[in-house]
Amino acid sequence: MGSTNSTLSKIPNVEELMEETGFTPAHIVRLYDRFEALDKEKTGHLRPQDFGAINRLAMNPIGDRIIGAFFSPGQETVDFHSFVRILAHFRPADKKHPKDPSMPEPVNSRTSKLKFAFQLYDQDKDGKISRAELLQVLRSMLEMQVTEEQLESIADRTIQEADLDNDDAISFEEFRKVPLGRARRLTYQHGPLQHSAPRILSQPHRK
Amino acid sequence: MSMSDSLVSCGHLDPVIAQGSTQCREARPCIHKASQRMSSDLGSGPPSSCMHIQWDLKGKTKLSLNQHSYSEMLYEHNSRDQELVRLTELITQLLVELNHSLTSVIPESALLILIGWILGGIIYGADKMQTFTLTPTVFFFYLLPQVILDAGYFMPNKLFFSNMGAILVYAVIGTCWNAATVGLGLWGCWLGGAMGDIDIGLLQFLLFGSLIAAVDPVAVIAVFEEVHVNEVLFIMVFGESLLNDGVTVVLFNVFDAFVSLGGAEIDAVEIIKGIISFFVVAFGGSLVGIIFALLISLLTRCTKNIQIIEPGFIFILGYLSYLTAEMLSLSAILSIVFCGICCQKYINANMDERSVTTVRYVMKVFANGSETIIFVFLGISAIDPAVWVWNTGFILLTLLFIFVFRFIGVFLLTWILNKYRLVPLEFIDQVVMSYGGLRGAVAYGLVAMLDENKFKEKNLMVSTTLIVVYFTVMLQGITMKPLVTWLKVKRAAVTELTLAEKIQNRTFDHMLVAIEDISGQIGHNYMRDKWHNFEERWLCWFLMKPSARKSRDYIFNIFHQLNLKDAMSYVKEGERRGSLAFVRNETKADVDFNKKFRASFSEIMPDIMADNMGPDHVPLSSILQDIVPSVCLVMHEQDLTMRESEDFNAHHLLQQHLYRGRKQHRHRYSRSHLETNRDENEVQEIFQRTMRSRLESFKSAKMGVAPAKKIQTKHQKKDKPQKMPNGNSSDKSKNHPYGDKGTCSLLFTSLLHYMKWLTRPPQLRGHQPPVVCIIIQSHSKAISGICLILENRLD
Repeated sequence: MGSTNSTLSKIPNVEELMEETGFTPAHIVRLYDRFEALDKEKTGHLRPQDFGAINRLAMNPIGDRIIGAFFSPGQETVDFHSFVRILAHFRPADKKHPKDPSMPEPVNSRTSKLKFAFQLYDQDKDGKISRAELLQVLRSMLEMQVTEEQLESIADRTIQEADLDNDDAISFEEFRKVPLGRARRLTYQHGPLQHSAPRILSQPHRK
Repeated sequence: MSMSDSLVSCGHLDPVIAQGSTQCREARPCIHKASQRMSSDLGSGPPSSCMHIQWDLKGKTKLSLNQHSYSEMLYEHNSRDQELVRLTELITQLLVELNHSLTSVIPESALLILIGWILGGIIYGADKMQTFTLTPTVFFFYLLPQVILDAGYFMPNKLFFSNMGAILVYAVIGTCWNAATVGLGLWGCWLGGAMGDIDIGLLQFLLFGSLIAAVDPVAVIAVFEEVHVNEVLFIMVFGESLLNDGVTVVLFNVFDAFVSLGGAEIDAVEIIKGIISFFVVAFGGSLVGIIFALLISLLTRCTKNIQIIEPGFIFILGYLSYLTAEMLSLSAILSIVFCGICCQKYINANMDERSVTTVRYVMKVFANGSETIIFVFLGISAIDPAVWVWNTGFILLTLLFIFVFRFIGVFLLTWILNKYRLVPLEFIDQVVMSYGGLRGAVAYGLVAMLDENKFKEKNLMVSTTLIVVYFTVMLQGITMKPLVTWLKVKRAAVTELTLAEKIQNRTFDHMLVAIEDISGQIGHNYMRDKWHNFEERWLCWFLMKPSARKSRDYIFNIFHQLNLKDAMSYVKEGERRGSLAFVRNETKADVDFNKKFRASFSEIMPDIMADNMGPDHVPLSSILQDIVPSVCLVMHEQDLTMRESEDFNAHHLLQQHLYRGRKQHRHRYSRSHLETNRDENEVQEIFQRTMRSRLESFKSAKMGVAPAKKIQTKHQKKDKPQKMPNGNSSDKSKNHPYGDKGTCSLLFTSLLHYMKWLTRPPQLRGHQPPVVCIIIQSHSKAISGICLILENRLD
């Protein structure tokens, strides 16, 4: 991690990036190194194959969806800025941030994290999680011994529980209201850069 | 800290005794010898005859001229007590194991000390003196090496080396700080008269400070085993406790030499010599360890035909590294630690599976045994009025100073370190780290080695050390867990989760794991990459067996057998429950793939779950057995209403069948817990599924817009018979399997990727040599056939 400054100068618009995402220069450099390591062909962009080369992602049931989340619809590649922006969702929330309604929602606020999670479910980006989409997610997360009927009944019940306006789909508002229970961890306490584990973030209240 | 003299002198006793005691039962000479050694003091004078046995009798039994009866009596005395001690140790272990609820409150070490007290009381009552104490020889030569070897062998290397800087800072600077402050503090208080009139000087205080300052690895393991703190914190404390031996040894020797010289002779030269000796001792010790690690790796590389004694070599050479360093007056603990750390990977790769298992288990056995004995003897040693000197000021001040200065030291150092770390250590971590600075048997061993003539107040120091050890191990040990729980902010009470919550929780788990993987767990340093390259090119070639393939086949067989075994138990369970009515429904999604591939791939499915995979402790068979309870649900349905039963059903299904997230934040080091392979099935399923969906998506991409991209369909790297040590680092894979010149090559490359994954298990298992080449060659026909079939199926 030696020459922070020289690496920083290689990245265009780095101050703006830091401002927007809240990462420190050291973090940005680390992420840049990682980006370069993933980008084998040195094109300056990442493609799905590059993500696919990460072996562990193949062992994650929703790995491919997450890869997909990095790419905006229609885009084939991800450049460094978008890469950092997406990862910025997972920074620990600034607890001291005053609630200022006029300012735009910071990238790592609770809402934007939830929105990211929502997009994982909602593949066709219509703002709602339909039954079919939920079924897909469930199917990928459950072991293969579960039958179709069982899957469908689970999906039905889930929608029943969460759906408040009876449109047979879960909108973002309803998604937010699902209390997160024990695992309220959408951040990693230690930042995305160290080889240590996320901690359970103590959100003092449930929504 | 060279104790070779005593060892030699002990050796001299034996022939003499054997000479004199012809009536001794020859059948058990070793007990005789051992007991002699155990109670001989360090640095005993030259043994001359049977009558001069350095037996710590303290006037109880007069040496009689009748050599035969004397040795006979000794022998009886010994064997009876030996057996008593051993028996009690066995009982202790059993009791302790049975009482898990107790051990979760009071750490095992504290219980063992208690038992030691009781035992000591019994022995004292029987003999009116303490016949058994923890002598430095026994401790440093027979008990400590196993514990440290175990620590080094099971050390999580990645974690250790990535935090090495911080660990070194704590170990070196922290220990020096502790030693200096405690020593000077005590001296200051002595000058101020708080301790009354004792015959002691500044140098002696400094020496005492240096030996009491060291955090003890045995105690740390024993206490932190119960308390599950996060990895980084654990490795900090643990690493510090192991590495500070270098400092402790040097400080101890330096101050010992200074005390011998006398205060007047100390000048700058001596001090500089002391500092240089630190570097020599520390680096020399590590070097010796590394050399022995190389030896072990080379040895295991050549032991193809004598696999049955492979495990023995590990222990012998490990112990040899300890002794060698000791002989050269270098840091023995550092030597054996680095020996264990450096050789683990290569011997795991080289040795037969059975040998690896043997080594692991035996090491745990020895370490556990040693630890138990150490603590029991720590307890026993206390019940000896001869060593007890009570000086309220000294003792209380020592306790106070080590506690307070530890806190100050840790906080100060962490504040400095946090400026340079990407991920700062938090307040809670610092508190736990300070509180976890436990002193233990090493301090006691060192203090018992002091020469009584030079140190008039040796007994005072011994008593103080004992009290400090008891205080830290028992009090701090017992309160550690409540403290940790209290410090973490309380979570809200958990009510019954709804289905949506469960699903969400799990999704978030997986998501976090994925993001961690994407953002790179370990930073890509220049140095680290360089090391990896060097290691791969030279070290693996030099130290690892080219024929690790052989052990691979064995693993596949094991995998097969495991599957068979689970299938059998599955059927048995079903019959036991009364119905085989539950049928294992295969969803449509994977039917063809499995049938097509399972035959050829099941043989090459590697043992992918290496030790540090770290997911839940669920053995393979329980995944299958988990399915069985759903049969019960069917029978319960009549009792519940339809809706409730559906609800119940759904919850239950989720509970069992949701894929578990990969938990990385897990306390990896455990004295009594050996992780075995688990979750292979699950990961295999997920991987197959992912690969399949990727294949399908690329098929459809091919049908749609397919920009001509650069094609890389061949593996260049797999030619040499090496292994990929680190399957984790994606920078190795230069080849992208997603070329799209024709479906066949597409599939071929995807399969290659699959097989590349197979041959590069996520963690350092080191079993993956040129499997890809071999497999491709042998299965090429099969593969081309498969490609064709798939092509037809997908079209």
